[in-house]
Amino acid sequence: MDQVRQTKIARLPSLILAAALSSGATFAQVNLGGVWQNQLDEDFPDRLAGPELGDYAGLPINAADRSRGETWDASLLTLPEYQCRVHPADYASAFADIRIWEEYDRDTQNLVAIHLHHFAWGTERTIWMDGRPHPPEYALHTAMGFSTGKWEGDILTVTTDHLKEGWFRRNGLARSDRAVVTEHFIRHENGLTWVTVVNDPAYLVEPLYRSRDYVFSVAGQIAPYPCESVEEIIRPKEAIPHHLPGTNTFLKEYQAKHGIPEEAAMGGPETMYPEYRSKLAGAGARPGK
Amino acid sequence: MRNLSSAPRLGLTLLALAGLAGAQPARAPQGRGAPEDFANVEIHTLKTQGNVFMLVGAGGNISVQVGKDGVLLVDAEYPQLSGKILAAIRRISDGPIRYIVNTHYHADHTSGNQNLRKVGSTIAGGNVAGDLGAEASEGASVIAHNNVLGRMSGALGKAAAMPQDAWPTDTYVGDEKKLWFNDEGVEIIHVPSAHTDGDSIVYFRKSDVISTGDLFVTTSYPIIDVAAGGTINGYLDGLQKIVDLIVPVYGQEGGTLVIPGHGRLCDLGDVLNYREMATIIRDRVQDMIKKGMTLEQVKAAKPTFDYDPLYGATTGFWTTDRFVEAVYQTLLPNKERGDGKK
Repeated sequence: MDQVRQTKIARLPSLILAAALSSGATFAQVNLGGVWQNQLDEDFPDRLAGPELGDYAGLPINAADRSRGETWDASLLTLPEYQCRVHPADYASAFADIRIWEEYDRDTQNLVAIHLHHFAWGTERTIWMDGRPHPPEYALHTAMGFSTGKWEGDILTVTTDHLKEGWFRRNGLARSDRAVVTEHFIRHENGLTWVTVVNDPAYLVEPLYRSRDYVFSVAGQIAPYPCESVEEIIRPKEAIPHHLPGTNTFLKEYQAKHGIPEEAAMGGPETMYPEYRSKLAGAGARPGK
Repeated sequence: MRNLSSAPRLGLTLLALAGLAGAQPARAPQGRGAPEDFANVEIHTLKTQGNVFMLVGAGGNISVQVGKDGVLLVDAEYPQLSGKILAAIRRISDGPIRYIVNTHYHADHTSGNQNLRKVGSTIAGGNVAGDLGAEASEGASVIAHNNVLGRMSGALGKAAAMPQDAWPTDTYVGDEKKLWFNDEGVEIIHVPSAHTDGDSIVYFRKSDVISTGDLFVTTSYPIIDVAAGGTINGYLDGLQKIVDLIVPVYGQEGGTLVIPGHGRLCDLGDVLNYREMATIIRDRVQDMIKKGMTLEQVKAAKPTFDYDPLYGATTGFWTTDRFVEAVYQTLLPNKERGDGKK
């Protein structure tokens, strides 16, 4: 009997080692589970009331996307079918608190998926960690997309495709349904940095990088987020609010209010970089009127 | 349960269809350009929800509804692909093909009718079967709006007739035709003067799936066959009809699924984005017409500029220029267009 027990005990370390090696990256390296509070002092204009019209500075958009923004009318969001439109996965990180929890296979204790719930619109994502392939191109695209993750050291790196059309900034700058998003979740004890990199062949000239910071909340709770459409404005069913090109008079307000030169406010890859300030100063750029 | 006795018959059928691969209608009317090499085309199958599957190949998407009554197809692609399409169907169901619904007359959706209907059978009995004998149930029924028959037979328009075996066998002239098949209601809804003058969308009520034909695609600007009665305003009405049928789970997602004529599986959000784009471009061109701009001036003003990265094309079957021409032409006041349409 003792001999049998000793044999089992002797085997145990090698079994654990074998299991760890065989399961590879499927074990979570860092526990991300819990409720995380977002920090509103970062990129504040993107939060709450939202960005101003005509503020595209620092975004590597192309001319076509700028035109989407210039002709966008915020009244679009009053249409009943648009009122409960959720923030897409790559923009939801800008908002409100999140809950993260892990899903393990009961028998193997392999990490199957990491789930994420956003307070804003109550959307939920699944990040598959079990190595499954992404669906074919002709499958459904969703606001949350299809995500797979892998551990790179202590950083969770996630790749998301199959996204519906969304937005880079909620003032009319569209992000296409062809975009592929790479995310990095980096935990620093009670802090979480969530880095989002958007590659959009349709509307970006260069990748768009964003980071958001969260703080772990020991007693955090997330409230429900019900949304029900109502008739806000009586209008013909087929009407789509928009500005005809060249007629949007609101675009200059942001430039005038903040003293931002028009060419900077209109964004583009150059406006992302620090040296752009000195270029503007050298060119004697003036705030828009 | 699979009917094992059908296996040898399936082999013969596939063999027969392989032989028919060259039986392409010589003068296919308008539609997307056919691929140069059908041999390399694969037919992919995607379960949508309920009883409905989506087949993706080289022509228009095919919707396949299956159940105890058999198989109902929406559209039939190219005849060169019939063997592969049938093989894909047989991986889903052994049931007989009872119906093929054509969403419009274009060859990339209908020229496969002749092969696929031959391997099916119509539900027939009573006096009809008594009078006609075995012929009464020969071949699947091909359902379409009456104008599809007019276009495919050459009775309407200037396009050459397609082979008679490909023509619809069961047409309707009103707003819709309803079927009960495989334990669900199937609504075939006519949308006038949209992509063509004979468009139908098919709504599987229990499965909660809509098959739109080319009234909605994800791969190009709206295709408006002006010569066959299509108009931009009719097209927008069709998109609105689709939106009206959809009930999402939350926001703009889930619930009713939409199989487009070309492209990927969709739901409400995708249709809304497409309707938004088409409406905005229509409004821009309309405004330019009001200002007295010519077609060349409208094209030069690039009313599609911001959507070109998504839907634009300078080569191929449906270029951006052709789309703008179609929008412009069908928005012109009646007297300037001279075709009597509103």
